[in-house]
Amino acid sequence: MSALEPMAAQQVTAPTAVPAAPLQGGSAGRVSPRRAALRHALRHRSLMIGVGIVGVVVLLVLLAPLLATHDPNAQDPATTFLPPSGEHLFGTDSFGRDLFSRTLYGGRYTIGASLAIVALGAFFGTLFGVVAGYVGGAVGFVIMRMVDLLLAFPGILLALGVAAIMGPGLGNGVIAVAIVLVPAYVRVVEGATIQIRRLPYVEAAVNLGAGPLQIIWRHILPNVRSSIVVLTTSWLGIAALWIAALGFLGLGVQPPTPEWGSILNDGQRYILIGWWLTILPGLFLSLFVVGVNLIGDGLRDELDPALAR
Amino acid sequence: MTRYLLRRLGGLVALLIGISVLVFLMIRLIPGDPVTTILGQSASDPALVERLRTQLGLDRPLLAQYLSWLQGVVVGDFGYSYSQQRPVTQLIAANIGPTLGLTVAALVVTVGIGLLLGVLAGVRRGTPLDTGIMGAALTFMSLPSFWLGSMLLVLLAVKLPLFDVVGGSGLSGLVLPTVTLALGGVGFLARFVRSSVADTARQKYVTTARAKGLSNRSVVWGQVVRNALLPVLTIVGLQLGNLLSGTVIVETVFSRPGIGRLLVDSILQKDYLTVQAVVLLIAAIYAVVNTVVDLLYPVLDPRVAAR
Repeated sequence: MSALEPMAAQQVTAPTAVPAAPLQGGSAGRVSPRRAALRHALRHRSLMIGVGIVGVVVLLVLLAPLLATHDPNAQDPATTFLPPSGEHLFGTDSFGRDLFSRTLYGGRYTIGASLAIVALGAFFGTLFGVVAGYVGGAVGFVIMRMVDLLLAFPGILLALGVAAIMGPGLGNGVIAVAIVLVPAYVRVVEGATIQIRRLPYVEAAVNLGAGPLQIIWRHILPNVRSSIVVLTTSWLGIAALWIAALGFLGLGVQPPTPEWGSILNDGQRYILIGWWLTILPGLFLSLFVVGVNLIGDGLRDELDPALAR
Repeated sequence: MTRYLLRRLGGLVALLIGISVLVFLMIRLIPGDPVTTILGQSASDPALVERLRTQLGLDRPLLAQYLSWLQGVVVGDFGYSYSQQRPVTQLIAANIGPTLGLTVAALVVTVGIGLLLGVLAGVRRGTPLDTGIMGAALTFMSLPSFWLGSMLLVLLAVKLPLFDVVGGSGLSGLVLPTVTLALGGVGFLARFVRSSVADTARQKYVTTARAKGLSNRSVVWGQVVRNALLPVLTIVGLQLGNLLSGTVIVETVFSRPGIGRLLVDSILQKDYLTVQAVVLLIAAIYAVVNTVVDLLYPVLDPRVAAR
């Protein structure tokens, strides 16, 4: 596994998902393999389709203040349940609020929360995974048994259970879903850490007096980085679905804040009155998840040649 | 073989104990006083407060609380639901039937269609059929079930009245919820089966089979697909957990009775004793099914038994 290849693709395709890690020993003379990897990634059709879809959705959501035609929370009893028109592109909801504006602003909450979820999951999962794999012994045993126990619950059930304890709210929902993600990262990182720890060059570094932190930072993390990137993109879509599901069930964002899941909850209630309450906001969520999953598949092909095709 | 069996069963017991401890701790982790939280408005009644406090045994050591709770759980006593004014066990008994029916129906659809699509794509790798199936599978996986369910309702029940919107107790009432629940799993399984077929096709014994002159058809169906389906069993076991918990959303969308909807309602009403019972039940079913799947392997694959 080249330490350079993963980075190139990562910087191009998922700048928002994972902050680009510092280049390992990258110097001017070694630029060409990066270029090659980049060029290869750019030719990956479904990867590029995914980047395009996610790019458009994220752009629309980021530009919400410019694009929104109305205040997303402004109520108007005179304009309830209007079907899509020139004035209200996506129609209006039960409070007469403009759905197009709510959908654009809602994406900020859903996408922002999903990114926070994978960031938290990846951070704590990697931390516990490296500790379990590197320290091993009783500490590793306890961590891995906790992981087994958490994995004994179906994911969405665990998220619901945690959300039930913590109560509704976007922050609580983010923590609830992030807890589900942690074990997946721990398993992958622990296994990889044990393997890398035993590599002859790592043993050599230990014998030359490198401390544990130095070994972890310089040798283990760079080697698990591409696995973490792939895991993160494949979990990002699920995180978006689950945080929106919590919103849909009334356990996530509380009204009147727009969020894709909570908008759909509203739409579900009045589904017999207006199809537009549901179809268009849900389409944004679906497009985002499809795009993210395309990127995830593409990155797996590009970063893990052993698995490809 | 006996050792394998004992090890798996021992693992299951340990897992069930772990699950029960975690679910037990749930109520103790609620911020604030659990008794007043659970009772809500009824907390003004000192007799009720006293009764629940004794039932939870919050003044006793944690281990004693756990053991007496577990004693109840083993004989099916999960406490009393103050929001529904009925024993939790009665609530579950009244709701589990429709949920199991829906889950089994969705499992059948998931396995049937997921396998079919996955094998087709795997056998015809690189053809437009493969690309089409994989695109569909990825889309299936990505659609939020709460949106998909609403869409199906609008299109097939409102615009073209092919199905009943609400209720629909018979088979026709089961169709839309089943499709909604199963679609994500179909996509996931199809992708898994395809890659399993692709992996198996690279095995040396497949090359051997070809080298000794077996026809393409008998290599593909007799060697590749048969062996590729073995690891699929694990995924099917894992899918059951997703389907069972997915009923939380599907039952809410279609206004169906069931323990999924019971769970959501109980969470919203802070009826934690019911939440605890439903979470424990689903997790226990999930653990048992996955152990059964593990135990099936040596029966289906002699290589596992020999280990």
